Parts: sequence; structure tokens; C-alpha cells
Amino acid sequence: MTESLSNDAIIRMFHVQKRYGVKCALQDISLDIYKNDYLFITGPSGAGKTTLLRLLYLGETGSQGQIVVDGMNLSRMNKKRIPRLRRKFGIIFQDYKLIPAKTVYENVALVLEASGCKQRLVLKKANSVLRAVGMADRMRALPASLSGGEQQRVAVARAMVGDPKIILADEPTGSLDEASSSVIINFLDSLHSRGTTVIIATHDKQLLRKSNARVIQLREGRIWKTHINPDG
Amino acid sequence: MKLYFQRAIKDIRDNVFLTGVTVTTIALSILIAAAFALFFTNTQNVINVWQQDIRMMVYLNPDLSQAARLDTKFRLEAIAGVREAVYISKTHAMKQLKSQMQHHSALLDSLKKNPLPDAFEVSLNVSARNSSDLQSVAESIESLNTVNEVEYGRQWIQRFNGLINLFSLAGYAIGGLFFLATVFIIANTIRLMLYSRRDEIEIMRLVGATDRFIKIPFYLGGMLQGATGTLIGLGVLFFGFLSITAHFQQSVNSNLLELSFFSPTVCLAIFTGGILVGWLGCLVSLTQFMKE
Ligand SMILES: Nc1ncnc2c1ncn2[C@@H]1O[C@H](COP(=O)(O)OP(=O)(O)OP(=O)(O)O)[C@@H](O)[C@H]1O
Ligand SMILES: [Mg+2]
Repeated sequence: MTESLSNDAIIRMFHVQKRYGVKCALQDISLDIYKNDYLFITGPSGAGKTTLLRLLYLGETGSQGQIVVDGMNLSRMNKKRIPRLRRKFGIIFQDYKLIPAKTVYENVALVLEASGCKQRLVLKKANSVLRAVGMADRMRALPASLSGGEQQRVAVARAMVGDPKIILADEPTGSLDEASSSVIINFLDSLHSRGTTVIIATHDKQLLRKSNARVIQLREGRIWKTHINPDG
Repeated sequence: MKLYFQRAIKDIRDNVFLTGVTVTTIALSILIAAAFALFFTNTQNVINVWQQDIRMMVYLNPDLSQAARLDTKFRLEAIAGVREAVYISKTHAMKQLKSQMQHHSALLDSLKKNPLPDAFEVSLNVSARNSSDLQSVAESIESLNTVNEVEYGRQWIQRFNGLINLFSLAGYAIGGLFFLATVFIIANTIRLMLYSRRDEIEIMRLVGATDRFIKIPFYLGGMLQGATGTLIGLGVLFFGFLSITAHFQQSVNSNLLELSFFSPTVCLAIFTGGILVGWLGCLVSLTQFMKE
């Protein structure tokens, strides 16, 4: 019954709670996220932004409540299906999480190889996203030899290479200067305009001003305020 | 599949030391276990050769008629397991004895009457050469009423067979132990490799890699190490064997001691066993590691 009411909700959260021991990182979170949403999650440090994102791709399991992602109910999902859930997401981690022993190209190609793409297609797609983020000339470099902004761009390339339905970005501009930030934001915008759902956790004031975007403010693990930015 | 192989090779290259340790361990285990097996099969061969020479001396009652002798020959050859019965008359036996004693034959000349009995030398079929069959053949021969006594190296054979059985038991035990030890060692080196790369594995999972995708290169690597280790172990054993036999053949009568290496089938079986060991080692460590 609820399914028909929320046809275009790609993510639904019902009274979700996440505890670490006695500490509640998230409490009573109910939230619908729609297809092609542009959603910001903000709030002070420790408010639970990263935790919320992690619950969505089962980086953590919730303590209470239900989460449905694109028709998959996470609370009673077989472990075997976790990879399938995660392929719905392109994730840009707060700490990038590039594999140090693999080159830039290998890091990006991995996503496609893991989903069983043909080697020729892998080559083509990985090359094209790396070109798009301006990292094509550093393809053979190891992540450690890149600057923070460059690593961030590789992380973006990896997140988008599998054509995910949903992009999750945790502080995508966290340690970047303004120029690098706007490069990243332009990518996220272009993905959004292609129909991707974009979810960004950030406290970057500049970012949060984006027109038409929905902003959810967390405080001490609860949804404190929600608003939609006015049309630019 | 090619992709998995490339990843497996890369893993091995990135962990040369660990791989080296694993391969060496496998090679050593195979070398020791196979050396034992080789020793065992060769002893068995030698004994088989010796057993082919097993004959029975059947001594007849004195003063049988020619017809009774002939009848005995037929009866002997009718017994299952007997290939041939050759008559040795007491005069012939005496002649042989004299030629064997040479200088002392004068002693025998002084005898008034030939004290030796007439006899048949009975040779046996291959199938009747283990000790319990020998015994039953001997019993059926003894039951003939023209036969006085049957003589053969029964106890000697029984003791030897017991020794061989003990050998093979010890061989299986040692083989099994080495198998387990090798699996254990491989499991541990793979575990070390997994721990040193747990961040990488975690990231692969986060970007949607299945456990299968993550595991296959480790399995390939383990099997590759198993195969390499086995080849090295068998190779070393083979060359060791060659040098030993070269040494032996000079000093010992080579007919008596015909040593041979494993047949190609057995080599293949050992090789497959080595690969299996590698695979099992991976299975143990991966199922444990991936649960976490
Ligand atoms: N693995 C964990 N074990 C225990 N407590 C945790 C764990 N992860 C997060 N927490 C706690 O949960 C709360 C929310 O953390 P979270 O990382 O979601 O905050 P955040 O909003 O992302 O903060 P920041 O802006 O600093 O990234 C924090 O108080 C944190 O200490
Ligand atoms: Mg955070």
C-alpha cells in the first residue's frame, strides 16, 4: 500500500535508530529521498551525517527501524545481496578510500571488473571518466603520489564510473580549495542533470546554497530542520 | 578468468617473500613425503622380484614306483597356484650336492646308500605368492599321500610381509601428517597476506565487489603455489634419485635391485595433490577471514 504512494521514492527510512553501545548516533530518522533528488545532509561535527550515509549502503546495520533502498529492504536482506545493493551507489568517501597499492586506473577499473564488465568496456569507460575528471595523464600513478584534490577527483571518477543510481558524497569538498571544490561540484551537478540521485553530507556553507536543493539539518542524531532552497 | 590470473600473479609478485616461504614449505613437505613413498614402493618392488623366486621343495616318500611318481606330478600340477613341478631324482640331487661341496665330495663317496629323498621342485603362479596362499598350497601338497614333506621359507616371508605392512602404515600416517601440516602452513601464509591487505579487501567490498570476486585470485595463487612447490619437490627428489641409483648400479648387482621412479600417473597424482593442498589452505583461511 505504501509502495504505491511513494512510487518515486528511491530511499525510505522509517524511525531509524543507530546506537554505538549506549551512545545514540542517530535517533528516530524518518526520511524519503526521491529519484533525482539533490539532497544535502548537514549539521555540526558528530551530528551523525556519516553514520546516516553508512546505514544506506550497509556500511553499518541500523539498530532499529527500517530502510528501503530501491526496493531492497535492508533490515531483512541476505548478506549475499550486499554487493548488489552497493552497486546502486557511487560513494565518495570522506577519506577517499583509494587502494594504495593500485594505480589510479586500477582503482577506477576495479568497480567495473567487480561487476563483471568485459575488459574492453572497462578500458573504455575508465578512460573516459578519468578524462572527464582531468586525471587521464595520471592514470599510472599511485594514489600516494597525488595531491588531496587529485585524489578527490579520482574518488569522484570511481564513484561515477559504474553509472550508479545514487551518488553518496561525504564532505566532497572537505579539504579542497575553492577551485577544486567547484570542479567536484560541477561533476555532481552534471550527474544530477543526467538523472542521478545525489546525496551530499557537508557543512560547506557555499555548497548548501545551491538552488532547488533539499537541505536536512541534523543535530545530535535527530532531524532538526528541513528546507528546500529557493529557485536560483 | 584472465583478469583473475593477472591479479593472482600480481599478488604473488607483491608478496615475493611470503610466496617464497610457502612454496619452499610445500616443496619440502612433498620432498619428504614423496621420498618416503618412493622408498616404500621400491622396497615393495624388490620384494616382489624376490617372491617370484619362491619355490617349494616337495620331498617324496622313499621307494615310489615310476607310476606313482608320475601320478604325483599330475596331482601337484593340478593344485591351484602351482605352475610347474619338476622332478629331481635323489641321484641327481646327490650329484648337485657333490658339485657344490667340491673338495669334500670324498666324504659323500664314502656313503654306502644315497640318503637323499626323491623330490619335486614346485614353482608357483604369480597370484599364489602372498603368504596365506602359499600356506594353503603347501597344505594341499602335504595332504598327498606320496608326499613326505614340503619345505619353503614360510616364516621368512611372513615376517617380511608384516614389515612391509608396517612400512605402508607408517607411510600413510606420515603422508597424512605432511598433508595436514602443509595445509596449515599455506592457510597461515594466506592469512598473513589477507591481513596485510584487509583495507584493500574492505574497500573492494564497499565498491560492490562480491566475495567470489575477491577470493578467486587468492585461490588461484594458492593453487599456483601448491603446483610450483610440488614441481620443485618432485624435481629435487627425481635428481636425488638419479644420483643415488647411478651410485647403486655400480656397486650392487642391478638385477637384484632394480630401482624405479614414480610412474607418470603417480607423479600426476602427487602434482594434483599439491594443487589440492594449496586450494585447501586457501579454503581454510578465506572462510575464516571473510566471515569477519
Ligand atoms: N564506529 C563507531 N563507534 C562508536 N561511535 C561512533 C562510531 N562511528 C561514529 N560514532 C559516533 O557517532 C556520532 C556520529 O558520528 P558521525 O561520524 O556520523 O558524525 P558526522 O556528522 O559525520 O561528523 P563529521 O562532520 O565530523 O564527519 C559521533 O558522536 C561519533 O563519535
Ligand atoms: Mg562525517
